[in-house]
Amino acid sequence: MFRNQYDTDVTTWSPAGRLFQVEYAMEAVKQGSAAIGLRSKTHVVLACVNKANSELSSHQKKIFKVDNHIGVAIAGLTADGRVLSRYMRSECINYNYTYESPLPIGRLVVQLADKAQVCTQRSWKRPYGVGLLVAGLDESGAHLYYNCPSGNYFEYQAFAIGSRSQAAKTYLERRFDNFMGSSREDLIKDALIATRESLQGEKLRSSVCTIAVVGVGEPFHILDQETVQQLIDTFEIVKEEEPPAEEAQPASEQDAPTDQTSGADQGAAAGDQGGSPMEI
Amino acid sequence: MDGVAESQRTLYPYVTGSSVVAIKYKDGILMAADMGGSYGSTLRYKSVERIKPVGKHSLLGASGEISDFQEILRYLDELILYDNMWDDGNSLGPKEVHNYLTRVMYNRRNKFNPLWNALVLGGVKNGQKYLGMVNMIGINFEDNHVATGLGNHLARPILRDEWHENLTFEEGVKLLEKCMRVLLYRDRSAVNKIQISKITDEGVTVFPPFSLKTYWEFSAFKNPTVGAEGSW
Repeated sequence: MFRNQYDTDVTTWSPAGRLFQVEYAMEAVKQGSAAIGLRSKTHVVLACVNKANSELSSHQKKIFKVDNHIGVAIAGLTADGRVLSRYMRSECINYNYTYESPLPIGRLVVQLADKAQVCTQRSWKRPYGVGLLVAGLDESGAHLYYNCPSGNYFEYQAFAIGSRSQAAKTYLERRFDNFMGSSREDLIKDALIATRESLQGEKLRSSVCTIAVVGVGEPFHILDQETVQQLIDTFEIVKEEEPPAEEAQPASEQDAPTDQTSGADQGAAAGDQGGSPMEI
Repeated sequence: MDGVAESQRTLYPYVTGSSVVAIKYKDGILMAADMGGSYGSTLRYKSVERIKPVGKHSLLGASGEISDFQEILRYLDELILYDNMWDDGNSLGPKEVHNYLTRVMYNRRNKFNPLWNALVLGGVKNGQKYLGMVNMIGINFEDNHVATGLGNHLARPILRDEWHENLTFEEGVKLLEKCMRVLLYRDRSAVNKIQISKITDEGVTVFPPFSLKTYWEFSAFKNPTVGAEGSW
């Protein structure tokens, strides 16, 4: 994207019919760390890559519980994400107060999209710089939506946003046909594998990712670190039953099949074997 | 104290409907009310429909001020309209409508400008039956059988004894008729023109009005004051 004379205000169209500020906002989403979502008929799983800036700091919260039946994972400007999560929580709780019933996720995402659209049509505002993967339930079952800064929203079977999300998307594209009928456990496993794809070489450990689940009869909750690590260990022992991937990265994971806690870390976060002090 | 100017607050009702009685039965909800609108002690209007369908899943019956009932119907009309405009496969069920009404009624009560009604909200959604009541001070609850006004005192004892799960439609109607008959004998603001409505998963049916057979040859009715010392 180049600097040009039509990109100063969000309210200025380019001759080609584009709003550059909105597109730049979508770039901000691509710079954030990856967030992944997938759903079956009855469950939705959200996963995200959570890397702390340094060993000394905690990592950013990227998954928020909005209500018992809705949760959201964000990528991009986390501050914007936090504000929008607060809005979503507020809407859910107000609806529940008036109707004693959970707000259908389909309606929440429309309200969220309309809120984002406002920022694309006011000269004194800027678009929200965050993409949201909204997971939740309504009358017709489990749903996964993606809300963009442009004010658009789409429903997905599975999706990934943020940096290096293409690797995850490629994996999901191969497997999504089965997701509708997947069990909860298989769905979580697929989410973890997709997260690993986004890590591109780095070892998948529970200290770098966060997983959350919501389903029919199961309120939205974030899985705790031990559970996640156990899940990772379970399927890593089985190793990849998937065919050799197009990306080069899985080969490096093959190096140490038996020792989970080996020092074979490829990634940048070297040295935190047992999880740094300020994890969840 | 003043949500509205003194001259605009509801102080007392003018045209009122009497009791509404409703029960859950096998397939849904049955609701009965007479078609009278009293102007004080005059039984002035004799074709007032006091039970109306709301959306796809609910029935609303009202006693109390008829004009406030009409106002409530307008609120609900707008509510259902906006619900339909989402066009997304989700719809407000009877539980949601009941809670919405509770909020409205309680809110008005807090502003000292009540909607002078006792409402019965019944419906079925996805096989789940719901029957609730809310009145002008915001008291609300749900139960297997509800009634408003004098119905609480005359009809509910009968229902407590004779209601059971999975009444058939015929049994339900007979039970309601029994209740309405007692109300007709004993409630001075009842008129003998009853309307019964039912709601099931398939939809709403409002039956044409009918009259109850009454028997006035009871010896106690013929000589009501026999044994009452000092009466005439």
